[in-house]
Amino acid sequence: MRKSLEKSELEDLYRQMYLIRRFEETAAEMYLRGKISGFTHLATGEEAVSVGVMSALFDKDYVVSAYRDHGHALAKGASSRAVMAELFGKDTGICHGLGGSMHLFDQSLKFMGGYAIVGGGIPIATGLGLAIKYKCEDIICACFFGDGAVNEGAFHESLNLARLWHLPVLYICENNLYAMGTDIMRSSAVTDVYKRAEAYDIPGECANGMDVLEVKEAATQAAKKVRQGNSPYLLELKTYRYRAHSMADPGRYRTLEEEEIWKERDPITNFAKYFVETGVFEPDELKNIQNSVEMEIKDAVEFAENSPNPDLSLLTEFVYAE
Amino acid sequence: MVEMTYREALNQALKEEMRKDEKVIILGEEVAYYQGAYKVTQGLLAEFGDKRVKDTPISEEIIIGSAIGSAMGGMRPVAEMMTVNFSLLAMDQIANHAAKIHYMFAGQAKVPMVIRAAQGAGKQLGAQHSQHLEAYFLHCPGLRVALPSTPADAKGLLKASIRDDNPVIFLEDQGLYSTSGDVPPGDYIVPLGKANVIRNGEDVTIISYSKTVLDCLEAAKELEKSNVEAEIIDLRCLNPLDTKTIFDSVRKTGLAIVVNEAWKTGSAAAEISCLISENCSDYLDAPVVRISALDTPMPYNKVLEQTALPHKKDIIDAALELLQVTQP
Repeated sequence: MRKSLEKSELEDLYRQMYLIRRFEETAAEMYLRGKISGFTHLATGEEAVSVGVMSALFDKDYVVSAYRDHGHALAKGASSRAVMAELFGKDTGICHGLGGSMHLFDQSLKFMGGYAIVGGGIPIATGLGLAIKYKCEDIICACFFGDGAVNEGAFHESLNLARLWHLPVLYICENNLYAMGTDIMRSSAVTDVYKRAEAYDIPGECANGMDVLEVKEAATQAAKKVRQGNSPYLLELKTYRYRAHSMADPGRYRTLEEEEIWKERDPITNFAKYFVETGVFEPDELKNIQNSVEMEIKDAVEFAENSPNPDLSLLTEFVYAE
Repeated sequence: MVEMTYREALNQALKEEMRKDEKVIILGEEVAYYQGAYKVTQGLLAEFGDKRVKDTPISEEIIIGSAIGSAMGGMRPVAEMMTVNFSLLAMDQIANHAAKIHYMFAGQAKVPMVIRAAQGAGKQLGAQHSQHLEAYFLHCPGLRVALPSTPADAKGLLKASIRDDNPVIFLEDQGLYSTSGDVPPGDYIVPLGKANVIRNGEDVTIISYSKTVLDCLEAAKELEKSNVEAEIIDLRCLNPLDTKTIFDSVRKTGLAIVVNEAWKTGSAAAEISCLISENCSDYLDAPVVRISALDTPMPYNKVLEQTALPHKKDIIDAALELLQVTQP
């Protein structure tokens, strides 16, 4: 995989990871400055998961996310303007400020929503798989959730049904080792989530979620199996969130040593280091990408800042579909 | 008009909608090979095959969740909860997801689905199988709630519900399945949110829905003997709620009784009573009367159960007391 990718593809992967990193860091800053309210769950450290999986999917494939959804939405093609404006609660946001950080959605991108009840998106992704199969569409549905979600009944009910009905759903457990503040060792009897696939007679694999190329490779294989076999698949990606569960979480349940170990595995700096050392990129080329991302983020913040609040009529407009 | 049972009318609505629209599919426990715990889905598997009539495991959360997802993917699923009691296992998908998706995604996604469920009490099924839960759904913005009382309404409302672009909770009282009535043939639609004034009267307005409408009708017949002319409104739906029909009638009669078989506290009857008080106070000659079940889990013993439930006599007594008329 490392050798087979075009340089432009590697550039894209780097740019997207760097964009998510800077988007999230900026969101944190805006939260602390009072520009963003509510819960804000950031995905710094987990960029390789979003970017690697999305690079293995087609634009036409559905993606379902959970509440840590900024990175998924950006990697699926949402503009940083639309996502930032949503975090600011503005009318120009991806959901006109009605959704917020945890409920991003864009039908045109087949980004089918962030859901903020742990495990709640898994049955919905399964239902999208049912629609795909019924309509004989040549697409799949990829569903992201965390290690906390696999202890919900929704996970069990979904995988069982998906196997029974052969639904084309790629279940992706973004295992960052903590369900909010609880270590997976304290919440799960089986801590290798992919092994749970065996209970449903579906394939399960695990990959390093800190390496975008490994993620891409594993997700490509998984998506291929789902596409060809009309069978669900469980892919576990082991990763780590650098920040606490949300901006409201002081995060005092992890050791500094543990955080340092994971930061040494940083998906962005290690990617850059490897491809500079191997002569694929000149350091300046990466610097240029970084600069262009900084411009994009700055623009997104200005856009969000200068956008209007939603009209009060929106308060009741979408309670029911007409 | 063709006379048929409530069960047959529901079955006819499902068949007609499935013939008309390939996107309509049925999901639920025992809906296909068993043909429905209450036989509402009889013959559907034979006609439409297992691609469209799907037996599920006993997994209520994924029944509703997969209905939501498939609706977002362009289908029009009808999910059956064998009884409403089991819908509580799927309440996260119903209240946190189905009801909110259109709103929180600013109208970008629709969830056109129907959740059919049998409910009701009075059959000695014990506390966990004898509930009326319409108030749980009524409380939550984003859900439509339909409760037909007659075979004709069962057909017309179910067809309207399947064609609606919102999640519709469709509650069927298990005591109604074998009742019969005339049903219009063909594409008969009863729009959601249009109450039915099933008896005209000048003296008192009696408002109800689902099975207790039948008790209200019988009560009205007996009240005639006391020269009391009761107006009876069958709401058909609690959301949308046809407040205009309610208020017009109460403003005419000046007296209102609201009847349902659910628990009294926090019930649909409580909500309707409050709406009448807020909107018709100048016309009311007496406070609104609610007739509901006792606030207890349902006992198994027949005498105790019947004592907990409202009856025709309660309606008659309430009307007479409001009118201060003595029976002959």
